[in-house]
Amino acid sequence: MTELLETYAPIAGAEEIERIRQLSQHLRGARVVHVNATRVGGGVAEILSKLVPLKKELGLEVHWEVIKGDRDFFHCTKSIHNALHGTHIDISSEMLKHYEETNRRNAEELQPLLREADFVFIHDPQPAMIQRFIPERKGKWIWRCHIDISHPYRPVWKYLRESLLSYDASVFHIADFAHSLPHLQYVIPPSIDPLSEKNIDLPEEEIQSVADRFGLDLERPMIIQVSRFDRLKDPIGVIHAYRLVKTFVPSLQLVLAGGIAADDPEGEAVFEEVTIAAGNDPDIHLLLLPPDAHRTINALQRMAEIVLQKSIREGFGLTVTEAMWKGRPVVGGNTGGIRLQVINHHTGFLVDTPEGAALRVRYLLRHPNIREEMGRKGRRFVRENFLITRQLREYLTLMLILLHGDMERLEIGG
Amino acid sequence: MTEDVRPFVVKDCTLVAIATGDRAQNLKELRERLLTIHPGSIYYHFWGGHLRPKFVDPEYNNDFAAWVKHALHDTALAERLAIVDPTWFPNIEDLRKEVLEIIEERLDETEWIPWAKREEQFHFIRAQMIIFSTRCLIKRPEDLLRMIPHLSEGSIFYHFIDARRRTEGGVNDFCAWLHLFGERYQDLCARLCAIDPYFVTLAELREELLSVLKGYFQ
Repeated sequence: MTELLETYAPIAGAEEIERIRQLSQHLRGARVVHVNATRVGGGVAEILSKLVPLKKELGLEVHWEVIKGDRDFFHCTKSIHNALHGTHIDISSEMLKHYEETNRRNAEELQPLLREADFVFIHDPQPAMIQRFIPERKGKWIWRCHIDISHPYRPVWKYLRESLLSYDASVFHIADFAHSLPHLQYVIPPSIDPLSEKNIDLPEEEIQSVADRFGLDLERPMIIQVSRFDRLKDPIGVIHAYRLVKTFVPSLQLVLAGGIAADDPEGEAVFEEVTIAAGNDPDIHLLLLPPDAHRTINALQRMAEIVLQKSIREGFGLTVTEAMWKGRPVVGGNTGGIRLQVINHHTGFLVDTPEGAALRVRYLLRHPNIREEMGRKGRRFVRENFLITRQLREYLTLMLILLHGDMERLEIGG
Repeated sequence: MTEDVRPFVVKDCTLVAIATGDRAQNLKELRERLLTIHPGSIYYHFWGGHLRPKFVDPEYNNDFAAWVKHALHDTALAERLAIVDPTWFPNIEDLRKEVLEIIEERLDETEWIPWAKREEQFHFIRAQMIIFSTRCLIKRPEDLLRMIPHLSEGSIFYHFIDARRRTEGGVNDFCAWLHLFGERYQDLCARLCAIDPYFVTLAELREELLSVLKGYFQ
């Protein structure tokens, strides 16, 4: 029985559910291991928390392992992360040694599972080097990259690339992130779960109660950015944009809501910077939320007129997808995966500067009918392209193709 | 005789896209990559839009035309590329030649080579396809009318569009099957073949197929 999968039929369509079932029949019993750096907080953990039970329900034997590391390890991986996003950071050889040693220790611990697995998905750079310490591998190893590595800081990319050469495949969100690697590089955008606490419809009373809790006035316009407190998300730029709009729309409120992921040691420092930038403006609400505050985030996104995601670099931007699913227009940074979702003048606007963001916010605040139209298009766009069922189907397709070798077309099941 | 015709086996397909790593930042580079790029990539950039995330852009139905317009801002070339209908060509190599011909003509006409911004390069993608049987069999041609509304978009793509690439004479699978009944369904085949799949979504294509079948059987 596939009960959990069935619950998606009313949204994704019964045909899609049937296709997933058909594909999964050929992978029953396959041992799949996902390895990443955190079980809570951030898009990767959110996707895995639903993909793993869905795959299990379909008869695959799925494990989700989280690597262990100390503060120094996560400092190093955060630097690698920033460098892959293009920031010029030189990482000391001691730090890299610690990174390698932590990967070795995790490999040792996970070895029995990883050696025997049919498919191992290694998510992002943190555990990327584990493979090197597992010489006897039975299955296919896939590096799943969730970040924008289109223009990485070369010395760091060169270092990481060495660890990726022996993988069987890589997966990126969009083709722009692919690099010269000696294996096939697949393109699979991520997705949201429409039935999760973060995305389900909420009763008006609950939205009102969240507004009351944080002192937000639903009678006044509100804009929001939901993301980790991270410089690449440009929270200071959002405050700048808000101030530019506030001159013309004095009743405007801004919410910057997010958490600090367990694998992000810079979060606290950035939160402090943002607090200073916000000053004592009572209409700027900085909300540091726990990683499980999904319904709260859901309510906040629903009470906003416009959702911002003014990132400077962005792997995909699931908060954009979430906002579009809730029928909100998005003003997003013209970068990475945001460009795949925010279709200028259709589902929102792409901007390059805080000034650009301010202009588009002002325009949208002035035109409620356009906000509504964009919201409608955005929701449809998400339903057709960015739901978890599509991603699940593409993962199953990828695994089947890897099992059968590099062929342009593969016919299964007679 | 017709009793001997085997039932139509409904299949479905799903794609997974592959970044080839080949990219172009200007028109000359686009031409150079097109000379050697995997044929599957040309197929993907003409037809793949039906099965992957994209926002409906009715102005340009292939990725080359859209890129030339939005990244190179060459409207004239975009229009010439957009009118190329892949169904006119018996195979991908002929389609490749046509696209190259149009681009080369444009290169001859222009004094300078149009460039795209770094962030707007053309990334060549190809796809791998998995084809799998559904549990659905169509025993008689008149059953098509009942079954078509239940076919997934993947099935519509596979049997109506992809079929042209693999059947003799480049016909869709429905017509290939109907031909097995002799001349009896010739008229229906002609009507089905007259459907232009290029400028519609798969959902719209399914509706058009249904409408033709209704017109014939009802």
